[in-house]
Amino acid sequence: MSPQDSKRYRNVKVDYLARVEGEGALYLRIDKDKVEEVELRIFEPPRFFEAFLQGRRWTEAPDITARICGICPIAYQSSAISAMESIAGVTVTEPIRALRRLMYCGEWIESHILHMAMLHAPDFLGYEDAIQMAQHHPDVVKNALRLKKLGNDIMTFLGGREIHPINMRVGGFYSVPEKRDLEHFIPELEWGLEATRELAHLLAGFDYPDFERDYEYVAMRHPEEYPMWQGRIVSNRGLDIDWPEFFDHIEERHMPQSTALHSVIKERGAYMVGPIARYNLNHDKLSSDARALAKEAGLGASCANPFQSILVRGIETFYAIEEALRLITNYEKPDHAYIEAEPKAGTGYGCSEAPRGICFHRYSIDDDGIITGARIAPPTAQNQATMEEDLVDLVPLFANNTDEELTWKCEQAVRNYDPCISCSVHFLKLHVDRC
Amino acid sequence: MHTPRKPKLAVWKFASCDGCQLSLLDCEDELLAVANTVSIAYFPEATRAVVDGPYDISLVEGSISTGEDAERIQMIRDESNLLITIGACATSGGIQGLRNFANVDQYISTVYAHPEYIHTLRNVSPISQHVFVDYEVRGCPINKYHLVEVLAAHLAGRRPNIPSYSVCVECKRRGTSCVMVAHGTPCMGPVTQAGCGAICPAYNRGCYGCYGPSEEPNTQALSAWWTKLGVEDADIARSYRSYNALSGVFRREGSRYAKKAAAGATNEERPQ
Repeated sequence: MSPQDSKRYRNVKVDYLARVEGEGALYLRIDKDKVEEVELRIFEPPRFFEAFLQGRRWTEAPDITARICGICPIAYQSSAISAMESIAGVTVTEPIRALRRLMYCGEWIESHILHMAMLHAPDFLGYEDAIQMAQHHPDVVKNALRLKKLGNDIMTFLGGREIHPINMRVGGFYSVPEKRDLEHFIPELEWGLEATRELAHLLAGFDYPDFERDYEYVAMRHPEEYPMWQGRIVSNRGLDIDWPEFFDHIEERHMPQSTALHSVIKERGAYMVGPIARYNLNHDKLSSDARALAKEAGLGASCANPFQSILVRGIETFYAIEEALRLITNYEKPDHAYIEAEPKAGTGYGCSEAPRGICFHRYSIDDDGIITGARIAPPTAQNQATMEEDLVDLVPLFANNTDEELTWKCEQAVRNYDPCISCSVHFLKLHVDRC
Repeated sequence: MHTPRKPKLAVWKFASCDGCQLSLLDCEDELLAVANTVSIAYFPEATRAVVDGPYDISLVEGSISTGEDAERIQMIRDESNLLITIGACATSGGIQGLRNFANVDQYISTVYAHPEYIHTLRNVSPISQHVFVDYEVRGCPINKYHLVEVLAAHLAGRRPNIPSYSVCVECKRRGTSCVMVAHGTPCMGPVTQAGCGAICPAYNRGCYGCYGPSEEPNTQALSAWWTKLGVEDADIARSYRSYNALSGVFRREGSRYAKKAAAGATNEERPQ
């Protein structure tokens, strides 16, 4: 780069993005107030899950794919189980369906609170981390830790442990709980509702950058409920598909100037998955109390400001706690913990709403139940193109800020998506020419 | 009055799922106490603040799978007084270690459209293959209380109290009846290190070995028992080749049964 160039361009460079899960870096080259180049670099080494799944037993997929991500193992387990059950032609009983949804509520509560209170809120309040924040807002951090523990406790009780739980299987669960044991959660969940309401009010008071974009939102949609692990895949621009059609519409591009397989909708390009997409496409499926809380927090029926994802996570957490209460109240212990499922040659698809957005799986197995092909589209890979586009539009708004302020703002914009870079199946290393 | 300096803690990540370092944030009841006792000097998953080394304690998650990472771990060792590996990836290579039994070029072309963009080592290796490791915390994922125990023991200048016996001991202590004896469910508990609390048998399933081999495990006897229960050779091989596929005894037994399974398949194909 020539000396003139260095005067002309501003570089925003973050060598190691903090408060995200996994290893990523950010690089922007800015000419006055225009972004010339933007790269969200992922240097998480590839781990080749889709390759070593081949030759494994179909029943192993839920436990193996959980290891893609320690933050959202339930999402991977659910999608893998759905795919295998669709091949075997198994439909689970209502109590099993409810217990899976309850597991999912636990994961949403844990993951959303972790992100809201410990990873994202410090940006809005000007702290480097939640521990610093705890010195001035001790009750906020303590309540958040207690809420997070509630989510983890639900997963641990139903799944044996919170990270890589061991109890979910193709056809159901290895072991199902007694109703009276689940009812122990009721008082803490009731406390959690109020604590989340308070948290949402606090988040509503944050100073949100005035930033909106015209996104294509993609999420699941179920006729009766806010989506977790069942429903069609829809968008606000006419996408309305069943799982087997996913790769007819979504393309994963492996580009030399990209650090990941960017997912795009073939006809239209980048799209957004995650809390805002779910909320905008399923606002009518939230409970009336959750909708009322959203209104109190200043959210309309849809939201186009990615910085407000933290607020939407708050509403979803409130909903997940309400839903957990409802599921526990209505639970009847099933006679059988699982339905026996026999393998047969075929291809199956699974999708579920990880806290960060849809997590899509496709598997082929043979008659003996040996996996012959696997393909997985994790949510963060699907959001990556949108994250980069956000940065291009965001920088001009903060062009007058100091380098440090601008850098922090860009980091915050990436954290809007709660990116989980460890979902590394599709991520790869890239060499970048740094200015 | 002289206040002792807080020990500086750093958390490093290599190829992994992030779950083991998340365990530290999952210590909801202990987190603020830990933060009062040690200074969190480098922990990108939790903070954007960075304090330069050297560090008193480094926690290392993940396995080595790229040339850059092989260099980075040397730098981390140089900067760390105590280096503790956390989790199956760091202590034994983890699930991604399965590539060592396959052709990595084939793996790359299975997953990626442009293999030429991918730079990775042929083999995955645990941290101890590269640098001296002071202490290993096992498990996929680790038990978060083991992590707290290791940190507390270090601060108190004593040995950490973490079991090296098998999962069977934990089942007995928990009062879980043996799933293998009572239900004929294949279980890796007899050869797997305790520490998880024997959760799988307590939930009616066999242990799948995510804590790796226990002290002096008799894998051959266990495999013979599994064969009696009707488990095929290929499935015995798969069970050893999972989250700790590269640990010594599991690796040997996995390979022994993979060979047996391959020989069996050839025999079947041979015309009578």
